[in-house]
Amino acid sequence: MGAVLALDGLLATRRVWRGQSVGRPASAPEPTGHAALDLALPTGGWPEHALSEVLLPADGMGELALVWPTLSRLTRAGLRVALIAPPYRPHAPAWHCAGLELRHLQVVETAARDAMWAAEQCLRSGACSAVLCWPQKVDDRTLRRLSTAAGDGQCLGIAFRPLREAANPSPAALRLAIEPSDRSVRVLKCRGGTPPARSIALTATAR
Amino acid sequence: MRWVCLLLPYLAMDAVLRTHADPTCPLVLITGPAQRRALHSVSPAAAALGLRRGMLVSAAQALTGAFVPHEFDAKLEAQARDLLATWAYSFSSQVSLDFAHALVLEIGASRSLFGDWPALSRRLRAEMTDLGFRHRIVAAPNPHAARVLANAHEEIGIDEPHLLQALGQMPIERSGLPGEVATAFSRMGMRQLRPVFELPRETITRRFPKSVLPHLDAIRGREAPPLRYFQPPDRFEALIEFDHEVETSQGLLFPLRRLTSDLSAFLSSRDGGVQRFALHFVHEFHPTTVIAIGLLSAERDARVLFEIARSRLDQIRLPAATRALRLVADDLPSFVPAGRDLFDTRPEHAIPWEQLRERLRARLGDDAVHGIGLHADHRPERATGRDIPRQSPPDLPQRPGWLLERPIPLRDMRFEILSGPERIESGWWDEADARRDYYVIRTSQGQRAWVFCAPGNDGPFLLHGWFA
Repeated sequence: MGAVLALDGLLATRRVWRGQSVGRPASAPEPTGHAALDLALPTGGWPEHALSEVLLPADGMGELALVWPTLSRLTRAGLRVALIAPPYRPHAPAWHCAGLELRHLQVVETAARDAMWAAEQCLRSGACSAVLCWPQKVDDRTLRRLSTAAGDGQCLGIAFRPLREAANPSPAALRLAIEPSDRSVRVLKCRGGTPPARSIALTATAR
Repeated sequence: MRWVCLLLPYLAMDAVLRTHADPTCPLVLITGPAQRRALHSVSPAAAALGLRRGMLVSAAQALTGAFVPHEFDAKLEAQARDLLATWAYSFSSQVSLDFAHALVLEIGASRSLFGDWPALSRRLRAEMTDLGFRHRIVAAPNPHAARVLANAHEEIGIDEPHLLQALGQMPIERSGLPGEVATAFSRMGMRQLRPVFELPRETITRRFPKSVLPHLDAIRGREAPPLRYFQPPDRFEALIEFDHEVETSQGLLFPLRRLTSDLSAFLSSRDGGVQRFALHFVHEFHPTTVIAIGLLSAERDARVLFEIARSRLDQIRLPAATRALRLVADDLPSFVPAGRDLFDTRPEHAIPWEQLRERLRARLGDDAVHGIGLHADHRPERATGRDIPRQSPPDLPQRPGWLLERPIPLRDMRFEILSGPERIESGWWDEADARRDYYVIRTSQGQRAWVFCAPGNDGPFLLHGWFA
């Protein structure tokens, strides 16, 4: 009990829930690039060095539009982004138009069996700034491993999963669900704050 | 202090002992004709059991049964000497193996790089210990003096002004003179080298064999015969033979680690890296299993090499137990270390991308990791490449982020066309002619899809991508 923790520091890491809305940090470490979403999230963007989950009702529902501004910001800063076993082939012209620096994008192609291993390696390595993966049927333990690996490697991990997983609990620091109707996202869980009640329409602010 | 002599009193034993996982095993090397097998050398643990060098095997067995016998192999000893010479080559370009059981290298020219003698000596000793060789280390103004002084000193550095005094105090029987000459001198009452140096030259020439005076001159640095310098080989090959068959891949890990760290020592002495190497697993009744390991970029870090080799080993199933393990590296390009930021704060487990990429490739296959490049082609299936082109094309039309590996029939019939048609017609020159009308549609589930049909028709549609 020798350690004395500064209250500000403790609150800033958002491990303590205060029950009332707190002031937003001046600059978010990992903004999503969508103004409305950034405003609604307690960290002002993706949780730093943690695993986030995006739940999809089906493929092609705007999941890339959600992450493109972030990936664009990272790759333009010269940081590496890894896609682990994407469900389809990334179509270079679209990714280029979204503002990504394709040089810093790496694709790891593997069977589903090894995909989680590869994702964990990439997250833990510290060599990537963001790792995107598509876990299909995974248990809580695997997600917890990914989540720890993201913390160890100080990496932004994003897992895309089917919407039916929303019913199951998950260790991810942030869970977003894409609404089937109008391409907006609903925050299911966000560490350090209460999820906003209404869904948020996506509008990219900057590339 | 221009020359360093590294005396290797237990070279043959250390060469064997370092390939054993347990360095405290009572190992003895055996040599001699079948009728008269004797101990060539004994490990420290065996010496503690009372075994001595030169003892007959029968006598040793009478004393204790708890030692591990191993055949003495002169080839292995020579291989260890070469490895050490290659290692020493990273300190100096003048390395010589002319002296028995010793290695001499010139350090006068390397002092500004490696620091003064205490620092250099510390470093040499630490690296020798890492490689697993016991040694004595002496620096002197000339190689012959260094070799002679190493007979009496564990670690010392002698300067030019103190050389004669240090040599003068050397006991005569350790002065490097032939045994009968040393005996003759000591019977004449000369127990050290000093009185020998004071003898008139012609007396020595007349009364002793011809080699004595040149030796005395050489150690005093007056007239020294030139040394032959060591030339490092252009390829690396090392073999570890096991005295029993190794059944499990766990048992191969220690020798594998030894081989890769030897390779790494060899590479840093050449200031090079390795791009591809091969592991040969020698079996008794099966043909040798070879694993070829190719890397995307040159590497030389011992940890990286071991990890890559290990992950390849994990994947294969050896047909039989292994008798010997050989590592061969022919392709040794120059090595350019990746630039790092001095103030880079990196997590503890951080590994560079190159190492991560090799780790992924080792398990998932050589083609598993690739980049994405934008190619100037109107056909969507050809617009994405694996290599990175030099320049990016200018404005591009709206395209989907995901492309299906091959188009599939669109099953959804209740879709709504958002835009289109956009005709793509290209490739009549290269056998992959494409003429299609593309539409952007919204499916009944709310997905935005990219579909096409034959030009002029309005169905059936094929799904080719998702605007995700």
